[in-house]
Amino acid sequence: MANDVKDVDSHSGTETTGHSWDGIKELNTPLPRWWLIIWYITIVWAVIYMIFMPAIPALPGMGTNTPGIRGHSDRALVAEAVADLKAARTEQSASLLDASLEEIETNRELQQFALAMGESLFGDNCATCHGAGGRGAIGYPILADDVWLWDGTLDGIEYTLRHGIRHEGDPDTRFSLMPRFGRDGLLPSEEIDNLTQYVLRVSGQPHDAEAADAAALTYEQQCSTCHGADGRGDRLQGAPNLTDQEWLYGGTEDAIHATIYNARNSHMPAWQDRLDDASIKALAVYVHTLGGGE
Amino acid sequence: MGLMNNHGILERHSLLLTIGILVVVSIGGIIQMAPLMYMDNTIEKVDGMRPYTPLELKGRDIYIREGCYVCHSQMVRPLRDEVERYGHYSLAAESMYDHPFQWGSKRTGPDLARVGGKYSAEWQVDHLIDPRALVPESIMPPYAFLMDKKLKYDGIEDRLKTERLVGVPYSDEMIENAKGHILAQADPFDKGFDYYDSLMALYEEEAGREGTVEARDWDGNPDEITEMDALVAYLQMTGTLVDFSTYQAGDLSNRR
Repeated sequence: MANDVKDVDSHSGTETTGHSWDGIKELNTPLPRWWLIIWYITIVWAVIYMIFMPAIPALPGMGTNTPGIRGHSDRALVAEAVADLKAARTEQSASLLDASLEEIETNRELQQFALAMGESLFGDNCATCHGAGGRGAIGYPILADDVWLWDGTLDGIEYTLRHGIRHEGDPDTRFSLMPRFGRDGLLPSEEIDNLTQYVLRVSGQPHDAEAADAAALTYEQQCSTCHGADGRGDRLQGAPNLTDQEWLYGGTEDAIHATIYNARNSHMPAWQDRLDDASIKALAVYVHTLGGGE
Repeated sequence: MGLMNNHGILERHSLLLTIGILVVVSIGGIIQMAPLMYMDNTIEKVDGMRPYTPLELKGRDIYIREGCYVCHSQMVRPLRDEVERYGHYSLAAESMYDHPFQWGSKRTGPDLARVGGKYSAEWQVDHLIDPRALVPESIMPPYAFLMDKKLKYDGIEDRLKTERLVGVPYSDEMIENAKGHILAQADPFDKGFDYYDSLMALYEEEAGREGTVEARDWDGNPDEITEMDALVAYLQMTGTLVDFSTYQAGDLSNRR
């Protein structure tokens, strides 16, 4: 193979590679100039990038990668971006922090800000359980009505947001525990049946009067401490009013029976470690204005 | 230019050519991957990480079996809006016991890297049973059948041993008591009572702090340990292990 002598194809005038396959020769067409230039630019760019940006990993035993003279860090940038966002909100956040919840709700400007902030926070954090606009679901209280299990005042709502309900790990959480009368064998099943009729009567629904009468003493001994002698509940313990036909878990005979048998002790997480103070205040005002704030 | 003139040898022997291609292609891969294996700052130094408890590991297996990763990622990216919504961006350290990891950026549903504790366990159960009962606009399929499927964990010891083979620090004691630990985390007051202290001691010691293991009836059915128990136990743990109060975000070795 005498490669030193350039072999030029007579038809196209292009140099060949010198390879011959059964007499067919391969043209050595040069790469397009524009392509070649871009290729060289990328090589230069790669070198520049390696100088300025974190790029070259160290050999074993030598620690980390080269940091690059620009000192770029995505994580530092995001910390900065979050700090900028906080700074941009400082003025209005500070005004929320300085004002009392009542002031926020009555001052038009503060209220507008709190409601806008509360709405987006509610959508991300609260609507998952309490539904969009606080419409609630079975087991998850409606926040848009005026029925409150614990406290529907501004301060009460803020307290619930901060500490949650039956939230393990927060000693100040709102707490009460309904016994599992059936499951733990505290009451015989007959008495649970009777109690169910009693609750149906208290709530003004069709019931078996005889069975309800038979449960009167049991109700007084087992239930009245929390739900009250007249069944109107006790906010201090989060014990629901049984007479108002507002049900968290349903008011049918079956649902009431299941509640007495298994008890319902739902849990709301505490938010004070997840949300900052201004967010919690905004949310308290938002929830308070949903419909039934006290 | 001897080599240049002799490329005919490579081009005429397919095996030689294949080997040549493999060598050239793997150079790029080796340069990208090998340093991650020995560099000190690949995985951040953090407090609080521990291996998953056997129940959480079973839950994680169910998570993967049901294809939750198809719609949910577990990676909060270092972007302002993600940090605002989901919390601190994910660290490599948080996935160091993941085989396989659940990173991704395709989110049909929300990211789950930090969903642990955000909602109540009861909510997780209700939502898995019927997502649209709670979130009407959801397109997530229901997983009610998990309530009826008893958790099978006959091979849990071998499962932990396999994890240990790939570097998860399960101790002999953890492996021996794995079945008991499942009982303890899902039924701490009854069937698992005898193992509760051992579960807490072993895993919290590995984590180096208290409060990283939660034991309770997860699915509202205390009579049986179901797949729902395992999955919810896993979900409620995600993203809660690392103690960010001691994490040095500004430290040079933690910069990326």
